[in-house]
Amino acid sequence: MHLGESTRECEYSQISTRSSTPMETPYKKKTQKKRKWETFPGRNKFYCDGRIMMAKQTGVFYLTLVLILVTCGLFFTFDCWFLAEQLTPIIPVIGGVLFLFVIGTLLRTSFSDPGVLPRATPDEAADLERQIDVANGSTGYRPPPRTKEVVINGQTVKLKYCFTCKIFRPPRASHCSLCDNCVERFDHHCPWVGNCVGKRNYRFFYMFILSLSFLTVFIFAFVITHIILNSQRIGFLSALKDSPASVLEVVVCFFSVWSIVGLSGFHTYLISSNQTTNEDIKGSWSSKRSKDNYNPYSYGNIFTNCCAALCGPLPPSLIDRRGFIQSDAPQLAPPTNGIPMYGSTQSQQSHMCDQDQCIQSTKFVLQVATTPLLQQQSSEPVILTPENGASIPGRTSLALGGPCTSLPMGQPTPPASTPSLSCHEATDLLPVHGHPHNHSHPLQEQVAHHHFLTPEEVPSPPGMLHCGSPLGHSHTMQGSFYNPASQDSLHEDSVRGLVKLSSV
Amino acid sequence: MATEFHNLQELRRSASLANKVFIQRDYSEGTACRFQTKFPSELESRIERTLFEDTVKTLNTFYAEAEKIGGQSYLEGCLACATAYLIFLCMETRYEKVLKKIAKYIQEQNEKIYAPRGLLITDPIERGMRVIEVSIYEDRGSSGSSSGSSSVSVSTAR
Repeated sequence: MHLGESTRECEYSQISTRSSTPMETPYKKKTQKKRKWETFPGRNKFYCDGRIMMAKQTGVFYLTLVLILVTCGLFFTFDCWFLAEQLTPIIPVIGGVLFLFVIGTLLRTSFSDPGVLPRATPDEAADLERQIDVANGSTGYRPPPRTKEVVINGQTVKLKYCFTCKIFRPPRASHCSLCDNCVERFDHHCPWVGNCVGKRNYRFFYMFILSLSFLTVFIFAFVITHIILNSQRIGFLSALKDSPASVLEVVVCFFSVWSIVGLSGFHTYLISSNQTTNEDIKGSWSSKRSKDNYNPYSYGNIFTNCCAALCGPLPPSLIDRRGFIQSDAPQLAPPTNGIPMYGSTQSQQSHMCDQDQCIQSTKFVLQVATTPLLQQQSSEPVILTPENGASIPGRTSLALGGPCTSLPMGQPTPPASTPSLSCHEATDLLPVHGHPHNHSHPLQEQVAHHHFLTPEEVPSPPGMLHCGSPLGHSHTMQGSFYNPASQDSLHEDSVRGLVKLSSV
Repeated sequence: MATEFHNLQELRRSASLANKVFIQRDYSEGTACRFQTKFPSELESRIERTLFEDTVKTLNTFYAEAEKIGGQSYLEGCLACATAYLIFLCMETRYEKVLKKIAKYIQEQNEKIYAPRGLLITDPIERGMRVIEVSIYEDRGSSGSSSGSSSVSVSTAR
């Protein structure tokens, strides 16, 4: 009886919580604020509640860590005793300090924000679009060239418009296609470190490779010393048999020395001339381009350049990973002629007539669908042509063993990822590339609907008809204007659709 | 013509957002943080040119101070490196200190100058240091505005 009552009570209490949860938990979820890193639009991974930020592919980073830890571990376990006894105990101490410094700078490089530029708010994006349209005059279906020229210290620099982030990139910034972010003073994306190298973590990266070169040379030298001293006593072969770990260390260090020391030398050159890997590879400031081409960012002498890069002020992170997401700030109603901001005007949707809303929201979805696809292909059709494959000038000798320089170009998507842009898969990209608001999802049907309606009527723009061709083909296309839909027929359709709608 | 508000709270309560003006970055002197001092046409009827330009110029000097490369920044950099950057667990970087000053300055400017004129300046750090966002508010009761955009006609359709 007692049990029955208690079970009934339990059931009763269970029922009551169940009936009240539909009311309570949504309310609780609303008050439980999310941190900004949880809705970050780029392809980054966050750990420790937003304190740690890395690229998506971190496998090679773990390899780096394992290599360093294992080699140093073997060194301290097997070689240090001998060396401390025979030579001096300072050797393990120096080794230890170097090791800690290497690990510290590696973790700092890998875990920090490289200088990611947050994407434009919808209002900003609309404002920029309006300015661009006004400046260029709507030229029909061909999207206007999206570059702005600025004179910096006497040099003309072109600022490019980033279609993904919807901003004009500051000078020296570049969009990393692996992380899908614009990064300030973009150097390169380093898979060994598992992160981009940009304004905020360049000095840590440099100190990492510098200290790692010292550490590698140090270990290499002292392991050889160990083997030689040992072989003087018991013969070479037995010395090798005595400490097999030393052989492994020698092999690892031998191969590392060439690449790491070479890379350090290269970056020392870059720092002293205040260039980024990106600029150096493209030859942006090389005197071979034109006689009065010079680097407008250089301070003139090597010492100042080095100090500025390594000891200058550390700018704060612009993306505020651990901040809480505020409830919708007041935003503007969408203008009827420009790009609509569908997601931002929940309160004012009821005031727009349904037809207007339908057109605008579809326009927006088409734009969302096309712009990330467009961005991924190439935003520098002219400049990229000298860079394909093995035609990278000059630095390849240093870059052979240097893995970091294998991915200097932030913008072009590596060919391996183009299969994802094939015709039949493009519709899947809508939810992936849509911005982290929920408005793109209910509109997919409308997009599909419009694909069937529009393509036949609009004459196809020239040069936009290739379907499924690899990235290399797009590089050879002429035109100083941005040539977006160069690959997929879906791109062609969606651009036509967008064009058709914009002419309505 | 200009709507009068006495403080920020009153502004937010009784006004609705009519338009936003964005002051872009000025890259003519390099990548350092500087904003264009060109006076936007949308604000012509709302605020005096000199007041606005003063605000932007003061902000520019703050940012220049934060990014200045000199003795103090070198010292801070070397000290930080020597302590493996652990010193920043207890101490703020110079840049962060200046950013706090900027936030205070903007708050003050909003209260004293911009809110009474129906305007609001957003701290550039909240926009990724790309723009200074100036929000233009209209009194909810007003029937029309000089901005002329369709957004205003939508808001008055309520």
